[in-house]
Amino acid sequence: MNLATKDIRHNFGRFALTAVGIGMLLMVVMGMGGIYRGVVEDATLLIERVDADLWIVQRNTRGPFAELSRVSSNLVYRAAAVPGVSQAREFVYHTIQRQRDGKPLRIAVLGLSWPTDKGEWLPLSAGRTLGQVHFEMIADKQLGLALGERIKLGKETYTVVGLTENMISASGDGLAFFSVSDALAIQFDTPGEATRLERAARRSRGEQFELAIQQPSVLENAMRPASELPAVAEPQISAVMLTLSPGADPERVADVISGWGDVSVYTADGQRELLLKGSVERVRRQIGLFRVLLTVIAAIIMALILYTLTLDKIHSIALLKLIGAPNTVVLGMIMQQALILGFVGFGIAYLIGQQLFPLFPRRVILANADLLQLAGIVLAISVLSSLLGIWKAMKISPNEALA
Amino acid sequence: MSQAEPAAIEAEGLTKIYGSGNTEVVAMKNASMRVARGEVVALLGPSGSGKSTFLTAVGLINTPTSGRITIGGKLVQDGDAAYTNLRSFRRKHLGFIFQKSNLIPFLSAIENVQIAMQLSGESARASRHRAMELLDYLGVADRAGNFPSMLSGGQQQRVAVARALANRPSVILADEPTAALDGQRGRQVMELFAKVAHEQGAGVIVVTHDHRALDVFDTIYEMEDGLMTRSTSSASVHANQPITPLD
Ligand SMILES: Nc1ncnc2c1ncn2[C@@H]1O[C@H](COP(=O)(O)OP(=O)(O)OP(=O)(O)O)[C@@H](O)[C@H]1O
Ligand SMILES: [Mg+2]
Repeated sequence: MNLATKDIRHNFGRFALTAVGIGMLLMVVMGMGGIYRGVVEDATLLIERVDADLWIVQRNTRGPFAELSRVSSNLVYRAAAVPGVSQAREFVYHTIQRQRDGKPLRIAVLGLSWPTDKGEWLPLSAGRTLGQVHFEMIADKQLGLALGERIKLGKETYTVVGLTENMISASGDGLAFFSVSDALAIQFDTPGEATRLERAARRSRGEQFELAIQQPSVLENAMRPASELPAVAEPQISAVMLTLSPGADPERVADVISGWGDVSVYTADGQRELLLKGSVERVRRQIGLFRVLLTVIAAIIMALILYTLTLDKIHSIALLKLIGAPNTVVLGMIMQQALILGFVGFGIAYLIGQQLFPLFPRRVILANADLLQLAGIVLAISVLSSLLGIWKAMKISPNEALA
Repeated sequence: MSQAEPAAIEAEGLTKIYGSGNTEVVAMKNASMRVARGEVVALLGPSGSGKSTFLTAVGLINTPTSGRITIGGKLVQDGDAAYTNLRSFRRKHLGFIFQKSNLIPFLSAIENVQIAMQLSGESARASRHRAMELLDYLGVADRAGNFPSMLSGGQQQRVAVARALANRPSVILADEPTAALDGQRGRQVMELFAKVAHEQGAGVIVVTHDHRALDVFDTIYEMEDGLMTRSTSSASVHANQPITPLD
């Protein structure tokens, strides 16, 4: 006869309520782990997906995910010429925030290296890849844009031709993919007045310039678009991504490139490490500490519940001892109830969590490894928290059955 | 009864003092009793005279301040020293029915009887069979699946009797087991004790206020202010006591 389940059967309503309560608590613990997984996944998602073997970034910076990195756009051609490199792509990446229907819309803008990269590597859930070099975009579902929708960014209007799912930046903003030139246009969009002021400034600087004094017609050039002026630098890009040819040794390619004075080079793993150690590390610790705290609280609450469950059974326990039940029977009853409570709670946490977590604004990922770990923790706190009740039960004297 | 055969119960000079100093209560003074195997003993006495104290001491639940308890020829308790694992000794050899409700509330009537047997290693099936037999005999078979809270006081008492007898104990200790029963049922329970005593060779002590069933008992003891005296015969007690109709 299993006394633990008999007692539960008799006090089912109360037990069920308690299990739901513990389940909710465990769900929060589970959710915390899921949020952490989500943050890591989101942060590294881009690095994983773009599938570059090597990253070339501004010298002595930690790359575009960690800080501002600026390299000249012709670096792509230099890099492509290194033996062992099969493909070099521009990486242009920045976040913009616009207003849409009165709500802030944050977009992480990523440039695709047209024509080598039209977005074939993206997990499209609808639509197609970029079909032309301008005015098209692929947007993540999270941005809330519909296929065929047109939005104005800077001076141009872009049409959504494709949709992705779960393509999110490290800070949780939905990604949108444009051609590199469009991405740069969005990034360096300057209002007309600013352009006019810039040209006037150029002209007045030019007036001090000896050549212009000798030949005033040179000054006319100051009024031309920046892209037509050899003296004005081309817009810079964030980084260059390299894909190596099969069999090429990444070490050797990296060696060659790190000999260049203006850039640093990282492997994809190196980039991911830097990202996780940098921006994500503090979030990880923050969530980790919260999780520890919640676990301790869950253990304390469970201990108190099991203690009161034991107090309720003092008479029965005394009676059991009176009719000669060994301590192991009493101990087993309390321990089993603790374990049942823990694991029913865990099941409830999982079931409710699966319904609830997808509604969260950022991804909550329940990884199997995390669930297994939590199950282990639940096992441990069930056993630990039953100790208080067991301690009480051991002290009960059979005499109390007669009181 | 030959002296060579060990007594079922032998209590010698049991004294119990509760509290100390001003609050000291001497509940039992130098009480002795010998119950042979197959003997059924009634213990009478006014309220507060120490009957329950004696019974719980002999039942190895309440440690006496001094005195020796020998059960089935084995010295088990001398003062506060125990000479065996009292809990497993109780499980194997003693059957209890106490004054107040002593069923486990989250077990059904039949499970309350079965648990005693299963603690001694009986199988679920065998224990179920015997439990049903006992409940049937005591007239509560139809309530076998009910929880104690759904049973009347008398029905609870009968389930407790069934549990006490379940393990075929060599000693049965009952504290007013028939208080909640009508005369006929009460008598039936007393007769059951006598039957078990004679068939199994068990020693039985029953605390009772019900003088109508005293003829069932072999020996009668009385307690008064913690002192134990043996009445010569059940008939004498009968003669001395006015018969009060109870129900
Ligand atoms: N735990 C205790 N602490 C202090 N005094 C106690 C305790 N238990 C019993 N007593 C006292 O011991 C005396 C004997 O009590 P006991 O319960 O043995 O009487 P009883 O003969 O069984 O009475 P009743 O017929 O009312 O059940 C009483 O005076 C009682 O107050
Ligand atoms: Mg009493």
